[in-house]
Amino acid sequence: MGSSVSWNDEGAGEARVALAGRLTIDDVTDLANALARQPAAPLVVDMGGVTAIDTAGAWAVNRMVREWQAAGYTAQIDGAAPDVARLLAALGAPPPAAPVRPDLGNPIIVQLERIGRAVYGQAHNIGLFLAFLGQTLVVLGATLIGRRPLRWHAVVHQCEVIAVNALGIIALLLFLVGLVIAQQGAVQLRQFGAEVFTVNLIGRATTRELGILLTAIMVAGRSGSAFAAQIGSMKLNQEIDALRTIGLDPIEVLVIPRVIACSLMLVGLAFYGGLWALIAGGFYVWSDLSMPPAAYITRLQEVILQSDFAIGLIKAPVFGFIIALMGCFHGFQASSNAESVGSRTTQAVVESIFLVIVFDAFFAFFFSFLGYN
Amino acid sequence: MEPLSPVLPDDADVAVRVRGLVTGFGDRTLHDHLDLDVARGEVLGLVGGSGSGKSVLMRTIIGLNPARAGRIEIFGANALDPDPVARRNLRRQWGVLFQEGALFSGLTVAENIEVPMREFLSLPEPVMAELACTRLRQVGLPVDAAAKYPSELSGGMKKRAGLARALALDPPLLFLDEPTSGLDPISAAGFDNLIRLLKDTLGLTLFLITHDLDTLIAICDRVAVLGDGKVLACGTVDQLRAFDHPWVQEYFGGPRGRAATTLPRGEAA
Ligand SMILES: Nc1ncnc2c1ncn2[C@@H]1O[C@H](COP(=O)(O)OP(=O)(O)OP(=O)(O)O)[C@@H](O)[C@H]1O
Ligand SMILES: [Mg+2]
Repeated sequence: MGSSVSWNDEGAGEARVALAGRLTIDDVTDLANALARQPAAPLVVDMGGVTAIDTAGAWAVNRMVREWQAAGYTAQIDGAAPDVARLLAALGAPPPAAPVRPDLGNPIIVQLERIGRAVYGQAHNIGLFLAFLGQTLVVLGATLIGRRPLRWHAVVHQCEVIAVNALGIIALLLFLVGLVIAQQGAVQLRQFGAEVFTVNLIGRATTRELGILLTAIMVAGRSGSAFAAQIGSMKLNQEIDALRTIGLDPIEVLVIPRVIACSLMLVGLAFYGGLWALIAGGFYVWSDLSMPPAAYITRLQEVILQSDFAIGLIKAPVFGFIIALMGCFHGFQASSNAESVGSRTTQAVVESIFLVIVFDAFFAFFFSFLGYN
Repeated sequence: MEPLSPVLPDDADVAVRVRGLVTGFGDRTLHDHLDLDVARGEVLGLVGGSGSGKSVLMRTIIGLNPARAGRIEIFGANALDPDPVARRNLRRQWGVLFQEGALFSGLTVAENIEVPMREFLSLPEPVMAELACTRLRQVGLPVDAAAKYPSELSGGMKKRAGLARALALDPPLLFLDEPTSGLDPISAAGFDNLIRLLKDTLGLTLFLITHDLDTLIAICDRVAVLGDGKVLACGTVDQLRAFDHPWVQEYFGGPRGRAATTLPRGEAA
């Protein structure tokens, strides 16, 4: 311990405390504890032996003086070097500790309030989302009929970021999934001696469902999150406000290019991803079932209906729209701190994947209902 | 040695010693064999045009920006030492106020001030809370700002909260990047007084980047002028005023420079 505190109550009707050594923040706790005494007589603080003091040390001394004065006794500081006295005087009586966190109140009420707020917040969020959807559709419509400028530059840039940069990972993902499906399918179908139908399984499952679904999930994870984080940090940085004051509409500048690029690119990516799954399937049937590639391709042409392709490609822009819209929406909802950008990014990804799956289920029933089995 | 050299004699007691520092971004060199000394217990002001590399110099000294060549010593220890233990010990020695405040947005103001205390000391919560409030008052913030989040503060309040965090441990060395920008003149004068008090009573060493001529005149022992990747000159304001360099002449001899000298704010306050 760098500081020493010695109390001496022998004196005539006064309490003396002698401080010596280093009164610094390193052992301010010990100092504050040693100085804590019930005031019972006028106080004299002898600071003759103090070799070093900092703001924390001065705080401890001043706090003691404040306590004694509050109890109605005088407190006097003796033998302080001029600089020490100056520091003590300049700091003055320390303010009473103020709450360090906003006061939340009774914990049970707080929990109830949190539940209430969460429910209300979700309902409110739906309203906000619908408003955002409406705004986006209005601006999108105006852009498509040429009443508003389309920012080609931004669209092309987003296309690159969303699609071109994702080509590698999507190829790898869909190739592996294609392999797994072919392998698992072949194992099951072999029990009935129907291995050749593995081609049907691969062909239809990937073109109609898996190619688009897995691509959409990958894009939601890659690009939806990026949209939310970009727009969220722009919001923190007041860049969105700056856009508005310059007279630019953030929806037009930030949302429309992303929505258009994401919808268009998902069509291409889904097709591309499906292709890789088919390639993987061909690879598997060639090596395991000894079906040559030419025969595989002919079989594929027989089993894949044109409607399968059409269904896959109809879903793609819808999923792209959902992903971009969710990412942008949550980005705009970010507020005030880095944490909210993080949680909004999470929400953007989770909700867009969720909605993509919900819509996928809807499409599946819808097209079955229409007779496209 | 030249009269306005930024280099102090070898036997001087220096807090920060920079020798032959080279920094740059891409193929652009920003500091070109820069030398600078900050003596222990002095307030060194650093001035220079916008974009001359003042903030980058500060970031390089505190190890946030890599140096391409050169040597940096802080209290005699090599600041470029990659050893994590050595770096941590060094970090305990300094407090930093960034140009933009750089408060942690997820913590309240008081929690921001408590971060360095938690990291380096183990103090009980109530003591930290009281120390944080003392700091707040010291930098001129009302104590009810303690429980506010940075997003609820004005620009100048953020600056002061950042200063309070930099001061949290009473570090012997303080790096302040434009501490008075965004403060009203009264608060700026209060800042000058606070720095002078801390310097006189705690013997702080300050490395202060500022465009505020009043602050330069009121609290700086020496002023270093950064230009062309080097320290052009380093001396008292009066010495610099006599220094024959167009930028320095315009800086101190321009209308603002003259106004600040005739009406030093620190004296009036
Ligand atoms: N991370 C970076 N990457 C590339 N260039 C940078 C980076 N940081 C700074 N620079 C460049 O270095 C130069 C010096 O920047 P610095 O922030 O040090 O200026 P400054 O002297 O502090 O100016 P001001 O007074 O405006 O704060 C600027 O030209 C800036 O463009
Ligand atoms: Mg700067």
